[in-house]
Parts: sequence; C-alpha cells; structure tokens
Amino acid sequence: MSPIKVPVVEKILSANDRMANLNRALLDANQVFSINIMASPGAGKTSFILQTINHLQKDLTLGVIEGDTAPVTIDADKIIKTGMPAIQINTGGDCHLEASMLSDGLQQMPLKDIDVLIVENVGNLICPAAWYLGTHINLLIASVPEGDDKPYKYPNIYRGLDVLIINKTDLMPYVEYNIDYFRKGVEMLNPGLTTFPVSCRTGEGFDAWIAWLKGTVSNYKQGK
Amino acid sequence: MHELSVTEGILDIALENAKKAGASKVTSINLMIGKLSSIVDDSVQFYWDTISENTICEGAKLVFTRIPATLKCQDCQTEYDIEQELRPCPNCKGYNVIITRGEEFYLDSIEIEKEDTK
Repeated sequence: MSPIKVPVVEKILSANDRMANLNRALLDANQVFSINIMASPGAGKTSFILQTINHLQKDLTLGVIEGDTAPVTIDADKIIKTGMPAIQINTGGDCHLEASMLSDGLQQMPLKDIDVLIVENVGNLICPAAWYLGTHINLLIASVPEGDDKPYKYPNIYRGLDVLIINKTDLMPYVEYNIDYFRKGVEMLNPGLTTFPVSCRTGEGFDAWIAWLKGTVSNYKQGK
Repeated sequence: MHELSVTEGILDIALENAKKAGASKVTSINLMIGKLSSIVDDSVQFYWDTISENTICEGAKLVFTRIPATLKCQDCQTEYDIEQELRPCPNCKGYNVIITRGEEFYLDSIEIEKEDTK
C-alpha cells in the first residue's frame, strides 16, 4: 500500500484567525475601535496607555485588556485608578496573547460603555507578531534605549504594523541612537508606516498621536 | 516559546483533512515555513510525538521545507536572500526594497494510507 498525497494548503494558525474574526465582529457590533499594543518589556506600554487615557478621557471612554505571563495585576491596577475599566488576562506563562484569550477578556469588558479598547500584549518582540487578535490596528512601541538596530534584528513584528510609536525620545541625547538608521530599517519592512516619536515622561509628541487617534476613531464610528 | 500551540494547530488541520480523505493513517505532514516565521523544528517535533499519540497521526513524519527570505530592490531590481539580519541592497546599498518571500507558515499537504487501498 503506497501513501496517497492529499493537498491541504492551510495556514497553521488558521484556527486562531477564525477566532480573531469573531473578536472583530463582536467589537464592530459594539462600535468599539481596538488597538493591539506590542513592545519589548520596559518599552513603556503601560505609561503610553496611561498618557493616552490622560489625553483622551474628556472625549472618549477607553477600556484596557492587560496581557501578562504571570498573575500580577500591577498594570491593571494603574488603569483602574484612572476610572477606566481594565481586565487582566494571565497567559499562564505563554509568550503572547492569542485570539481565544482576547475572546475571554472581551466577555468581561463592558463593550457597550467604551469607545476604544486597548489590548496590551505580552512584552515580547517575536511571538505576538504571529497571532492575529482581530483588533483594528497593530501598534508597536519601540523605545530609544532598546537601540536603533531592532528592525534589522526583529523584522517580523514590523511587517504587520499599522502604527509605530518611538518612545523615550527625551533620552536621545544620552544614548547611542541613530534615528535615521532605525527608520530606514522600518521603511524596508513597512514602507510609509505611520510613526509618532513621543516621550511618555515629558508628554512631547502626544498631540500628534492623539489627533491621529481621534480622527481615526471618528472615521470608524462614521463607518468610513 | 509558542511551539505547543503551533503543534496543536498542525495536528488539528492534519486530523481534519485526513478524516475528510478517509485515511486510516497519516504517514507524513509537509510544512512550508518561511525564514521570517520564527519556529523551532526540534520543539515542534518534541511536542508532536506527545500530542499525536493515540491518533491516526501517531508516528507521522514532520517534513519542514524552509523557504528563504528574499528581498527585491525596487531601484536596481537586484534580488537577494537574507540569512541573518535584515540588510540593504547589496548592489546599490539602497533601502527601497520589498520582501518577496519568507513569510510562509502553512501546512502544504499530508500523506495518508487508506485501509481499502491495495
């Protein structure tokens, strides 16, 4: 008996993608614009979220889903202090969020009451890139002290991005960091990527990011 | 490490397609993995041996076909592969490039046996 070859041609993570599409449908049904925030540990994800809430809370209600590998609620507690709803998802040691984990988080989030959902992925530049969550945009925070060579070393994560934040610009005078070299690498991987240099500490650059986000959310709500 | 969920994905797709084809046994699974998709073959094999136990996929061979990452320069049309770090065009040193392959991450085909096949 000789083996028979059966063609399949199916993406290995197709089950995740199907679940991600359900997440997207649920978000759209509630008119919630969603952002998947990725970064390495310490790039300033939570600080960036807090600054964004600070700038937006007069106009929009945000909800935050925090992904962490351990059962800690440090990040969620900081968000809850601002008065915005936050849910913590513990990945049980996994290096990234998957669509099914976000689905669990969405069940607990009061979607009817929020305009924007921020999902803080696990701090990691490799794994989160492979798992589509169903959010409307993928955003990466690359901080200056991490170095200007990151797009060259971690090309994957730059491929699927819609927005790039360069954080900790206030540290540029103190570290070896060639922003042109960094941006050239990004340009090779994701030409024309929308990019905002900011400092969460000084607030520099936030006006441009907030204006872009407000415009994008407004277009979304109007069905554009 | 996320190889366990990847391996579970491979098993689910293989079992579903084997069942549809009326297989009694899966002998081989052909995977196409681009250089830009990070995955460790040995870890997948390790998990595979455990999770495929007592299924018709038990003992099936995992065949990894690695596809290099290829870039094409939009200015001088040079095509080149990247092995390690991303680098600009080796011919004109330009950064105006596009990635033409290397992001593949799919199960291409399975090889099966059927009980009634002579």
